[in-house]
Amino acid sequence: MTAVEVQQTSLYLPSLAEIVRTEQLTKMEKLLEIKLKSGQDLGHQPGQFVEVSLFGIGEAPISVSSSPTKKGSFELAVRAVGNVTKALHRLEPGALVGIRGPFGKGFPVEELKGKDILFVAGGIGLVPLRSLINYVLDRRSDFGRVLVLFGAKTPAEQLFLKELAQWRESKNMEYWETVDRTDGQWQGNVGVITTLFPKITIDPQKTVAVIVGPPIMYRFAILEAQVKGIPDDQIIVSLERRMKCGVGKCGHCQINQVYVCQDGPVFNYAQIKDLKEAI
Amino acid sequence: MTLGTIEKKIFPSFIESLIREREVVGVQEKVEGKYEFAPLESATQLCLEYDVTILPPKKYFLPPRETLLRFKTGKTVSCEPVLESRPLIIIGVHPYDLKAIAQLDRIFAEGNLDEHYRKRRQDTMIIGVDIRRASPFAFCKSMNSATVQEGFDLLLTDIGEGYVVTVGTPPGQKLLEKHAPARAATEKEIAKRHEIQEKIPYLFSLNTVTTPYDELPKLLAQQEESKLFEELAEKCFGCGTCNLVCPTCYCFDVEDDLALNLTDGERFRFWDGCLLDGFAKVATGENFREDRAERIRHRLFRKGKYIYEKYGEHGCVGCGRCASACLPDIANPVDIFNRLKEGK
Repeated sequence: MTAVEVQQTSLYLPSLAEIVRTEQLTKMEKLLEIKLKSGQDLGHQPGQFVEVSLFGIGEAPISVSSSPTKKGSFELAVRAVGNVTKALHRLEPGALVGIRGPFGKGFPVEELKGKDILFVAGGIGLVPLRSLINYVLDRRSDFGRVLVLFGAKTPAEQLFLKELAQWRESKNMEYWETVDRTDGQWQGNVGVITTLFPKITIDPQKTVAVIVGPPIMYRFAILEAQVKGIPDDQIIVSLERRMKCGVGKCGHCQINQVYVCQDGPVFNYAQIKDLKEAI
Repeated sequence: MTLGTIEKKIFPSFIESLIREREVVGVQEKVEGKYEFAPLESATQLCLEYDVTILPPKKYFLPPRETLLRFKTGKTVSCEPVLESRPLIIIGVHPYDLKAIAQLDRIFAEGNLDEHYRKRRQDTMIIGVDIRRASPFAFCKSMNSATVQEGFDLLLTDIGEGYVVTVGTPPGQKLLEKHAPARAATEKEIAKRHEIQEKIPYLFSLNTVTTPYDELPKLLAQQEESKLFEELAEKCFGCGTCNLVCPTCYCFDVEDDLALNLTDGERFRFWDGCLLDGFAKVATGENFREDRAERIRHRLFRKGKYIYEKYGEHGCVGCGRCASACLPDIANPVDIFNRLKEGK
């Protein structure tokens, strides 16, 4: 006979959490504001991720999009692409989900202090980057210049429209945006995100570039940062991989010997440029 | 290290006594010349003179499918962990598999302790046996795994008229005292055990890696761009059998199972393999190791470089199971390492 023991010690046991607010961001992305049932804060660092469970459907790794300076709840922005994320889109406030984490190494906030920061976000790369942008804006005096370059495929795919509107007007930061394709109404820059780089001037030694976007974007955006003279160890990226377990066991997120869920997802370019499969 | 001797005529009663006390699995001949670890009902089923088993004993610590959680969903949502385990004795584990188990012990404990694995492992006692026959695919001499000094509760060495028993742990000592009042080994028996163990690595003399153990990572680093992986990929089925039979492969996937009442369910993990097409694929459709050649390279580098750099020992113990199980015959690490060395 098999003895079944119940303990509270499994790495894979989620904490229950409640959806307190949802907001459709675009056709594909929905924002979920979540509170842990324990009443505690998530206690994350900007750039970390959580494993979100829908019991009966599964679990998926999702970046935390809100800054830890926001207390009481946290936000995820979810693109409906897989079983779990499509089901998450159907949830209404009051629904319960499971949360494990936060996991991974977030952005090196301490190292960024006093530096100029060049944020480069492609598409839903803005989701994890927003956790750091809002953190920096909330502690504005700790940092130097704040530049944000944001590229979306089309104007309709821009996320966080209210925040973008504030950033456009803000005296606290320099915000540049582009779309790959216009919808006819768009008045701004058209072209891929690399077309924004010539428009900015920076002091490369004082500047840290933080780049998050789809896999294809990294090669080109990193090159642009290098052209600007930013050293490799001041170019920071967050890599997407299949982080199934989040705790360094299941093997899916490996890049060579690196476990992205433990050693990343945030890396500086000097750490990963020789990893064959990284970029 | 305590050494005892169990004479062959009383050895079956030792096994029968263990079987009476708790669940025992041991090596058995499944079909002619093919062996497996399976539950023992009597001592006569046990076969300690085997070359290699089809699957390694890891299936007892990391089952092919294992429930992690039970949950309720719907109007009320709740979940609880499931830690299934039972006392077990495994008899007949060869040194290469003992090394593999010791490596899994480290991997599942390190950083984040995996309680599901740990509990099963803790509830299991292992009686190893020194190798008498080599599998033609095994290359244990090259992987320093032909004999071991640790990783067992008891280790049996067949010296002809009996088994010299090496006690590896205090629970092993107790088990021996309770079930087989073994007498102390004589000097002559100890000398014979020593002589036999000295010769075991030479059972593998015909199948050796030409690169020394500690230089494999360097070789692989130099050969990262080798065309060999593409050549192998042309024949590879991408079936993942090499992962399936490997004693050190531990990657798993996780899924939910929901009962027909749409309320009760469980979350379970199951063996996955880095050779399988979707292993590194994310929901957006991006596959980070889309080419089979990249996946073959990844498996080989796991076995001969990455694990070594992290733990100081290779993720390959030289059992040869992947080589023998691979249908298109392209998974043999000896062939691959040696061809990389020759640069062709």
